[in-house]
Amino acid sequence: MAKAVNTNAAGMKWGRQPNAADKVGAEKQSGKRKASADSAWVTGDAELRIGFVIVGIILFLALLSIFYTPYDVYEMNTAVRSQAPSAEHFFGTDNFGRDVFSRAMTGARFTLLVSGSTVLMATAISIVLGLVCGYVGGMLDEVVMRVIDAINSFPSILIALVMVSILNYGKLTIIPALVIMFIPSFTRIVRTGTLQYKNAEFVMSNKVFGDSDFRILFVHILPNIYPLLLSSVVIGLSNAILAESSMSYLGLGIQPPIPSWGRMLKEAQDIIFSTPWAAIAPGMMIVFTIVGLNCIGEGIRKKYLN
Amino acid sequence: MRYFAKKLGIMLVTLFVISIVTFWLFHIVPGDPAQMMLGTSASQEQLEKLRQELGLDRPLQEQYVEWVSGSLHGDFGTSIQYRKPVAKLLKGKLSVTLILGAMALTLVILLGIFLGIFTAGRKHVLSEQILNFLNILGISFPGFFLSILLIWIFGLLLHWFTPGRFVTFSRNPVKFFQFMIWPAIAIAIPQICVLSKYIRTAVIEEVRSDYVRTARSKGSTRNRILYVHVLKNAIISVVPLIGMIVSGIFSGSIVIEQVFGIPGIGRLLIASVSARDYPTVQTLVMYIAILILIVNFIVDIMIQVLDPRIRISR
Repeated sequence: MAKAVNTNAAGMKWGRQPNAADKVGAEKQSGKRKASADSAWVTGDAELRIGFVIVGIILFLALLSIFYTPYDVYEMNTAVRSQAPSAEHFFGTDNFGRDVFSRAMTGARFTLLVSGSTVLMATAISIVLGLVCGYVGGMLDEVVMRVIDAINSFPSILIALVMVSILNYGKLTIIPALVIMFIPSFTRIVRTGTLQYKNAEFVMSNKVFGDSDFRILFVHILPNIYPLLLSSVVIGLSNAILAESSMSYLGLGIQPPIPSWGRMLKEAQDIIFSTPWAAIAPGMMIVFTIVGLNCIGEGIRKKYLN
Repeated sequence: MRYFAKKLGIMLVTLFVISIVTFWLFHIVPGDPAQMMLGTSASQEQLEKLRQELGLDRPLQEQYVEWVSGSLHGDFGTSIQYRKPVAKLLKGKLSVTLILGAMALTLVILLGIFLGIFTAGRKHVLSEQILNFLNILGISFPGFFLSILLIWIFGLLLHWFTPGRFVTFSRNPVKFFQFMIWPAIAIAIPQICVLSKYIRTAVIEEVRSDYVRTARSKGSTRNRILYVHVLKNAIISVVPLIGMIVSGIFSGSIVIEQVFGIPGIGRLLIASVSARDYPTVQTLVMYIAILILIVNFIVDIMIQVLDPRIRISR
């Protein structure tokens, strides 16, 4: 809404404005929406485009790293220690002579793998939990929601730390530890959506026709929640990447020698004076990925939810 | 007053539930604390003796009561990693973290409100897209990467502070704050982005309301309207967010203490988690839980006091 106000005049608007949303609506109805850069920002297309390009590049590098990296990820080559970025080494080399670009590619793979599977699992659990809580209601709903409130009020990293310390060390302990972090927000979204559609006419009519509760939940109600859930899941994915790299930075995430962005930063921190690129490269990869995902999330929100 | 009592009751119940869950979680953990303290070479008798000493042979309820009453008397058990009472480990660490958190919170609230109002009032200078983009960029920097960049740029290149050299407050207050301001900034930046965006939206909504038009027609200047009239309402809309912000600051400081090498409870927590030092982790979790609950309680009360509309509608 605020966006539309901005487009029609410079400066601040004082007093009551004609409802900005009406204006956007009218624009849509007339079918004469200008294809200017401005309208792309309003509809969210621009964000989506930028986001997909960034995430696409990162995803490509991550997938490519399965088959090919310019240099061996683990190989230490003393001849090229601490070299600045150049044509041979895009992101330079670290103090062991390892190619930072190759390591960042491989790091992308593991970081995306962990955060992707975390968010997928959390989404699956939350869909079931949210649908059932919203639909059944009553005592069950009350209890689950209180628990979720309690988890939500805690610093998210604390939850992950507690989970990591309780679960045994393993290569992928980090995944279940992070799943807990995301269940509350996703569940709440699904539940709110379910409550909204539970008593809608189309659901009622399907009930009258004798559809089972299962069918009503998953075939009739769930698809209506998708847009909202999708934008939260994309934003959740960016948070998962933040959390995974934080945990890896703390030495509690993916275990060595597998490179992950967080651990690369940890290793590069001590040598940042001599080889700043070894820290900046993985750090900027994280920032880029998260910017990309946030753009996609924002784009979806604008496109489908306004 | 009744509201106050009700909220207090809810807080205590929540605290009770959290303490049970925490206690239970750290008891289903595989591994025997006695074994961990003595190592694998310990004899059966030694293990038995230590178990008795730690009270591990008694029923769970008894152990729970023991733990709670001990905690209330300042006895949090013995750290496995350091072989010292946890209470002793905590000494001095809590205040460091609290000061860091308070500094970050001050930055977040001051800058968040100022930037929110400033950007809402100057739409034509910085266009919406740039602001949006800066905002996304701000929340996209992981705290530890931001900290590393701050250490590199301001510590190593510009020499504004000495990285890794933490000075206690009692030894040199000036140096202490000179050092602590950097981690506080690193913790605050993502929160500032979130808060200022929220306030900006709130102010833009607020500016459309009748009282602004009245003030305008009275001939108040733009800044007076923004910083006197609108600000008051904007502050009220911020209060409910404080709980979330404080929890975000805690999250940030747990990681960032590690980056800057600040001896606070965040650093102790990470060390204890890595070493599987359960008594210490348990105590720290409870400590942070209590702090968060108290903050949420204060926020609830503040909302009541600040906004008469809520009081009436109740």
